[in-house]
Amino acid sequence: MWNNVLHWVDQPFTSATYLGMLLGGVLTLAITLGAVTYTIYGERKIIGWMQGRVGPNRVGPFGLMQSIADILKLLIKEDIVPAKADKALFMIAPIITYVPAFAVLAVIPYTFHHYFTARLNIGVLYYIALSSISIIGIVLGGWASNNKYAIIGGLRSAAQMISYEIPLALSMLGVVLLSGSLDITRIIEVQQQNGLWNVFPQILGFIVFLIAATAELARAPFDLPEAESELVSGYFTEYSGFRFAFYMLSEYVYLIAMAGLAAALFLGGWTGPFGLGWGWFWYAIKSFLFIFLMFWLRATMPRARVDQLMGFAWKYLIPLAILNLLISAVEKLYWLKG
Amino acid sequence: MVPYLNGYLYVVLFLLLGIALPVGALYLLGPLLRPNKPSAAKLSTYESGIEPVGEAQTRYNVRYYLFALLFVVFDVETLFLVPWAVSFKALGGFGLIEVFIFIFFLFIGLIYAWNKKVLEWK
Repeated sequence: MWNNVLHWVDQPFTSATYLGMLLGGVLTLAITLGAVTYTIYGERKIIGWMQGRVGPNRVGPFGLMQSIADILKLLIKEDIVPAKADKALFMIAPIITYVPAFAVLAVIPYTFHHYFTARLNIGVLYYIALSSISIIGIVLGGWASNNKYAIIGGLRSAAQMISYEIPLALSMLGVVLLSGSLDITRIIEVQQQNGLWNVFPQILGFIVFLIAATAELARAPFDLPEAESELVSGYFTEYSGFRFAFYMLSEYVYLIAMAGLAAALFLGGWTGPFGLGWGWFWYAIKSFLFIFLMFWLRATMPRARVDQLMGFAWKYLIPLAILNLLISAVEKLYWLKG
Repeated sequence: MVPYLNGYLYVVLFLLLGIALPVGALYLLGPLLRPNKPSAAKLSTYESGIEPVGEAQTRYNVRYYLFALLFVVFDVETLFLVPWAVSFKALGGFGLIEVFIFIFFLFIGLIYAWNKKVLEWK
């Protein structure tokens, strides 16, 4: 019985299977919310340290309760819908952005046991398809606010995210080509069999992936949609309380999901050095390295200009991503025949 | 023992949980906790503290539209490359030459757009 609950992935449908799935889903939700809370705390603390400040240190020991206090504050804040806004769209837009952000976590394989992970044969495609739905929520939020900053922020987000989605997808395709499968678990297994992380044969693809992922997550130096010095805070300028919180939440859930994806596709997922166990531990370390890199970039780089941003994706990243795809094809023919 | 089918049910569960959290927080728990005292000043549109001038939902730069058009072309291209990448092992060297030709024709389009200054942002 208990065995059926844990290994719901390859069991026939019984009540134990359903219980296992429900348990996996609810635990993923709880762990994600906790992880987002402390990612925000970590970001403020790490960037504070890089800029010679202390960061949050008042609420709880070392400021550890700061993010929890912030969430509680957002929960008891008034939910303001501006009089000129399109009310129905304004209210539904953060939910449209958040739902795919959470749903993409279903295919990220944190451990090889698959307690928390759906093994889909279209895993990579599922991630790309769902994550682009979030853009609709962002554009709708900007448009429905009927605010000049929000509408410019929403349109910039849309233009930026669709432009950088193509190099992102193309750089993932190099990995798919080497593994011959869209199933993320299978991609990790191939890396394990070859004894070689994809970051080495795919070094060009990994660089394109990192840049495109930074832009896709709208993080510095590509945080133009929320450029606070010119657009206040972009598409969520008019949002307050928990609707604002859902925009922030989806941003950080995507950060965690993208870190998980980078670890799976390029850094060998749960495989550790010297064949050591503890898959989830190595997975967490690799994801954290990706997240730390994003914080580091934010503390280091100045913001790109809007006219440089779009040209960069089309003139440099897309040709480079296609070149990487052709290189992977040649590698597959002559080197990693697998 | 097909592991792939259970996964799709799990995805549906994730979509349901994803909808349940915002609905629960915004419509069930939220109204009990948050105040609701709207006033004219509070509900006005934010414009850095001054009176809002005109409407925001007006015409906007056509360049956004051009990028959307380019996106459709290249997104479809990426989708065509997905099945090729998955079954590359079976296709072998012949598949590589075919994709060279496919990408060559697409790049003519990109270079055309580049020459027409579609990629510049002014």
